[in-house]
Amino acid sequence: MSGDRVGIIGIGQSKFTARRDDASYPDLVREAVVTAMNDAGLTFDDLQGVVYSLSPDAMVGIGNAERLGVDAVGAGNKRFLRINTGGATGISSVAAAYYHIASGACDVVLTAGADKVGECGDSQTVLNKIWDPTYERQLPLGTINMLAMSGVRYMNVYGMTEEDMALVTVKNRRQAYLNPNAHLRTLVTVEDVFASRYICWPLKLLDCCPQSSGGGAMVLASEKFIKDRKLEAVWITGLAHCSETYWLGDRMGRNPEADHADAFALGRSFQRAYKMAGITDPFKQVHVAELYAPFSNTEYHSIDAAGFAERGASVAMMREGQFELGGRLPVNPSGGTLCTNAIAVTAMIRVAEVALQVWGRAGRHQVKGARVGIASGNGGDHQFFGTMVVEA
Amino acid sequence: MELMRRKEAWNITYTHALGETASWFYTQIRDNAKIYGRRCASTGRVLVPPRSFSDQTLQPTTEWVEVGPGGRIEAFSITYEQFQNLPEPPYAFGYVLLDGADTALGGFFKGVDLKDPRKASEKLKIGTRVITKFAENRTGDVLDFWFEPA
Repeated sequence: MSGDRVGIIGIGQSKFTARRDDASYPDLVREAVVTAMNDAGLTFDDLQGVVYSLSPDAMVGIGNAERLGVDAVGAGNKRFLRINTGGATGISSVAAAYYHIASGACDVVLTAGADKVGECGDSQTVLNKIWDPTYERQLPLGTINMLAMSGVRYMNVYGMTEEDMALVTVKNRRQAYLNPNAHLRTLVTVEDVFASRYICWPLKLLDCCPQSSGGGAMVLASEKFIKDRKLEAVWITGLAHCSETYWLGDRMGRNPEADHADAFALGRSFQRAYKMAGITDPFKQVHVAELYAPFSNTEYHSIDAAGFAERGASVAMMREGQFELGGRLPVNPSGGTLCTNAIAVTAMIRVAEVALQVWGRAGRHQVKGARVGIASGNGGDHQFFGTMVVEA
Repeated sequence: MELMRRKEAWNITYTHALGETASWFYTQIRDNAKIYGRRCASTGRVLVPPRSFSDQTLQPTTEWVEVGPGGRIEAFSITYEQFQNLPEPPYAFGYVLLDGADTALGGFFKGVDLKDPRKASEKLKIGTRVITKFAENRTGDVLDFWFEPA
């Protein structure tokens, strides 16, 4: 692909915290937008379209909040589109921005959004409402017990232990400590994880992501525009999505097509993105990964799905320190979703962080010499998976 | 400066139509304390809970098949945290492959002491045989039944 690539030219993200009482929802969106636009060195007149990143409305407590956010992204008189694929929303929004440019419709597109999960406080009550009101709403399903059940199955098949789960938290907190934008930056030990209360077996408090508030924004442009304006960029060389059935109970039982222990469709999505980017051996060719994993256990099946390990083998490799910053293939050097989860933009931050890494701009959590990175986002009831390859 | 807040609660009511398939399923639960799935004619898969079409073939399912009351645990969760408008913890629920079914059905687990998480998780481990129990007064709902270790 020469001359028709799509590049990332600007990135903005908040310093994520539980609450931002100084900023309204549009203020928070604008904060990230202004940072990204300054980073790109562009004015709003340069933008031809905006993709608005917004997951379930009830999390911010504003129905169709893109109506309120439209001014904060400077979208007046421009193409405008809201994207929602649940937790995958942020990466889906980057993908939609990419497609605007790859289609030839636009040269410069902004994608942006924000979330104030910390203002909700009842996020599991909101997320319970993503389940079917006919058969499953009566059960207290939420994303925590949904992914606890994935953990239970992963333990059963591959022998992951609660201690293995704790190792993920310890690693990611150590990395978040180096990232000034991360929400949970306190160092913890395996003992600290075990001393924290059970939320939903086998998940303890420190195995779970926080409820974060903050914004994210990225500016994408065509290769032609980037070269004409002599801008700095990193390139999206592969991207894909893959989905699977709504029914959790179909991902178990007799001969399921996909097992709820794993992230089957995430694996398919990565295969598609790798094919587009020409990656045949991801463990050798990828230098850094930001994988959407809101609970410690889910980092394992995400690493498997990324093709870094045979299914279940990520556990032993984690024990060896292979996925640490400074290890063979750092996973979530930013601290990841486990340390920061402002749902509407979480998967966008995965792409943004990988872009910063291959750009060499990640600061204290920089992976030395990273030139090829991957990002992922998971949404719905573990059913919509977006993936991306970003290269210097 | 003083930063101010404004509190708001959403209270929205819906009356959902359950459709023909779920209505028949719940009628059998209410009137006969029996659980049925729907068979996909082309693959033979018995879908529980029953659906009017197969997601794999997109063809209508064609036949009601009684399943259970015995089955095996496929996944479980034991929640210890209180969430607003959700039940008081601890509670256990998960998915059971009922005998004769191909997919697993969600329901509560009862009859297990949940006080000690690790001990409780052993009692509910994957593969454990369970039996479906029905409430005496049934309304036609998922909460009319639950699973207990056999």
